[in-house]
Amino acid sequence: MTNPTVAANTGSGSSVPANLPYTKESFVSGQEVRWCPGCGDYSILATVQRTLAKSSIPKEKYVFISGIGCSSRFPYYMNTYGFHSIHGRAPTIATGLKCANPELSVWVITGDGDGLSIGGNHIIHCMRRNVNLNILLVNNRIYGLTKGQYSPTSPVGQITKSSPYGSIEHPINALCVAIAAEATFIARTLDTDPAHMSYVLDRASKHKGVSFVEIYQNCVIFNDKAFTPVTGRDTREDRMVYLEDGKPLVFGKKREKGFRLKGLRPEIVEISQANSKELMVHNEKDLSPHYAYLLTQMEYPETPVPFGVFRAVEKSTYEEMLEAQIAEVTKTKGKGDLKKLIHGPNTWTVK
Amino acid sequence: MTAEKTKSVTSSVTVRFAGDSGDGMQLTGDQFTDTTAIMGNDFATLPEYPAEIRAPAGTLPGVSSFQIQFSDSIIFTPGDHADVLVAMNPAALKVNLRNIKKGGLIIANENAFVEGNLAKANWKTNPLLDDTLKEFQVLKVELSELTRNALKDLPLKPSEVDRSKNFFALGMMFWLYDRSLDYTVDWIKAKFSKRPEIVEGNITALKAGYNFADITERLPIQFYVKESAQEPGVYRKISGNEATAIGLVAAAHLAGKTLFYGSYPITPASSILQELSKYKNFGVKTFQAEDEIAAIGSAIGASFGGELGVTGTSGPGMCLKAEALNLAVMTELPLVIVDAQRGGPSTGMPTKPEQTDLLQAMYGRNGESPVAVLAAKTPSDCFYMAIEAVRLAVKYMTPVILLSDGYLAEAAEPWKLPEISKLPKIEITHPKAGKEPFLPYSRDPETLARPWAKVGTPGLEHRIGGLAKADLTGNVSYDPENNQKMIELRAEKIRRIANDIPEAEIRGPESGKLLILSWGSTYGGVFQAVSEFESKGIKLSHVHLNYLNPFPKNLGVLLSRFEKILVPELNMGQLLFLLRNNFTGINVVGLNKVQGQTFKISEIVEKIKELL
Repeated sequence: MTNPTVAANTGSGSSVPANLPYTKESFVSGQEVRWCPGCGDYSILATVQRTLAKSSIPKEKYVFISGIGCSSRFPYYMNTYGFHSIHGRAPTIATGLKCANPELSVWVITGDGDGLSIGGNHIIHCMRRNVNLNILLVNNRIYGLTKGQYSPTSPVGQITKSSPYGSIEHPINALCVAIAAEATFIARTLDTDPAHMSYVLDRASKHKGVSFVEIYQNCVIFNDKAFTPVTGRDTREDRMVYLEDGKPLVFGKKREKGFRLKGLRPEIVEISQANSKELMVHNEKDLSPHYAYLLTQMEYPETPVPFGVFRAVEKSTYEEMLEAQIAEVTKTKGKGDLKKLIHGPNTWTVK
Repeated sequence: MTAEKTKSVTSSVTVRFAGDSGDGMQLTGDQFTDTTAIMGNDFATLPEYPAEIRAPAGTLPGVSSFQIQFSDSIIFTPGDHADVLVAMNPAALKVNLRNIKKGGLIIANENAFVEGNLAKANWKTNPLLDDTLKEFQVLKVELSELTRNALKDLPLKPSEVDRSKNFFALGMMFWLYDRSLDYTVDWIKAKFSKRPEIVEGNITALKAGYNFADITERLPIQFYVKESAQEPGVYRKISGNEATAIGLVAAAHLAGKTLFYGSYPITPASSILQELSKYKNFGVKTFQAEDEIAAIGSAIGASFGGELGVTGTSGPGMCLKAEALNLAVMTELPLVIVDAQRGGPSTGMPTKPEQTDLLQAMYGRNGESPVAVLAAKTPSDCFYMAIEAVRLAVKYMTPVILLSDGYLAEAAEPWKLPEISKLPKIEITHPKAGKEPFLPYSRDPETLARPWAKVGTPGLEHRIGGLAKADLTGNVSYDPENNQKMIELRAEKIRRIANDIPEAEIRGPESGKLLILSWGSTYGGVFQAVSEFESKGIKLSHVHLNYLNPFPKNLGVLLSRFEKILVPELNMGQLLFLLRNNFTGINVVGLNKVQGQTFKISEIVEKIKELL
């Protein structure tokens, strides 16, 4: 498979400084990994560990915070600081921690149930505040840990243990939620393409502000091959579009197809000399959310599914503004004097 | 003063100001209180706002009241019934009629008792004109009209003139209780410095009210309340939520920590968040979370990062926080949760006090989940208990619930200011990497607290979480014996706090027929009820509990020395339940009330008489 984004941005590894203190093994904790054999989470874990090893951030600065679910076991397997918290609440703990120590590299590991169902509220508010942390939403479209009920991303009609006659719920689109909350970094990657995942994770890590990454992950037990129609070996070239900033959106076995806008919708076209100027060109830095929203609406089977960085824009982060306000008020009012605070505006003396 | 008037010295007075939300009753009450403080009386105040933000003018739900009791002796309650009610409109009279003493004085704004207003307040006839108020003394005053006359030469709009009538009423009250106008005059000058015409209008109205009261023949007696025998020192006026906020800032200072306060607005706890959000120059980080769960979650995150994580709420919020509170129990992180209790269940009576969250604080979580529970007894005590909550949370690595309530939150009293050097020390040590592997669930042999490793410390990387923890390593463990051991260790850790808190003190005889046992804000009512008996030569015994879990070590012995123990509570017997569970062979009797009101002293006195 051609994957020009990765080729262009990460090369063969030669851009990595040779004197880095860490290897992948530096990030492997002693805990026995207890996911099912063949689970997509193994690939995500290894890719995160490999990606972190390529960075010069000291190991003690990393914190992995999760909620509840299969993927939320993640922190136990990372030899970093970690917090396996309660269902859906990881973004709240991450936000408090980031406020306490903005120098930390904080990673929230969540899933489609944890992040979009029970914790939906927190995800939205964490993104709108632009807290500088990385949210990895591992989406397998099923409740795995509770053994196979439908999730908020399960498609209509899906047969599961709690929907024996098919799910009658319309699914939620994770990246749509992210763009609605105007997250400043939004991306999608997949468990079966570690090189692309590593590229996206590295970008997320370096992004100043909230990074929201949806990772398509296969649950071998309860929802096997859920993404295969899109990401399968035989179909992916026709059904996946890798986004590259500043370049046209192209797909197809010969990279012969692209898109042009027809009204508010992208229309698939065969690329030719004649229409090269009409082609949709990816612009991840577009400050308006409209374009990124349009990308989130591209779904199989209507269109190929985009992967890569949908949006990467700059905005003040929450903790940056918090610290700036404290500095500003301290400058204008002077450093707080506890005695004055206790005394308040009016006192009187009893003799 | 006109010659025929007399001056009478009295010991204690309760005044109630009541009017429409727009009548400035809280401001009037505050001004009366500040002057009272300067004149050296002890006092206790209680503001009562309507739950509606802008209820229609003149209606019963729109009434805003402010009650103050001031005295020449030490008092803790805003008084059972008012000696004087200032009623600015018919609705204010209707709502407050049951709060006036028989024979008490009603000063009514006659101009407001017109057809429309009477109808809005459901008066079928004008109560100022028939015998509805025959049990009271009534002073009808054309407050609006007199204010208009006094201000007629000033360049003010009619609406501005009308708004000054509360100062006319305040002026009258200042004369009646022989108070100086100076403080309020200075306050008006400072407050409205950009509008000199408003300054003049308000001062003119204040003086006009004072002079009217002086001249009118219908107020023959002026009263005077002597200074109370307060301890020498510097004082300020403080409410419970102010004291909680300042106490948390002080605790952070004493601990050398940054305070992180994560909270979601909820009555009656919101003003703690609002107060703390002003103190950015103390480094305080306030976080208005998206919900109650996020509020406690963020505080847990801040504690994980080595800051002082605190959250505040009221009953419904406590319900939502329960799961996260349990996470802090399991991860053994320091955390303070302030619960300003209000009427329940469910949304209940948001602006009214109850003490109905005690059992929730003790037991309202899944699993075996003991936490420390403290309760403040007076508005100023919130300051000390906030510091105490922080001290215990960081020393024992545990959540600590501090119970306050809707009365303490809003009520104000004089507070003798502490010396900072005499406040408790809060010592915190964070571990650093050593030669041995770091054991996040190793324990201090004395306190059983685990080490508080700050995220970001090199070499101490470790994982915590809500799953059952192995002893020492903190790794996930489903080992049966280990689980038993960890649950017992956490319970023992909370029990050992008893070694670190003051023993319960008894006021009055150390043994006998009857002990009165109080907790939280019922302290004031019980204290004064006991004082009433004392003044008649009957010595009663009173113990007050600031610590509900664990109890003070000597409590069992104290209780065993009495034939009967009376427990007045604003619930249906929650401390009673705890006492019966913890101590055998005691005879406890409840005095229980869930009416959204604090105890009247007379209610406690009557119950004591019944038991003596």
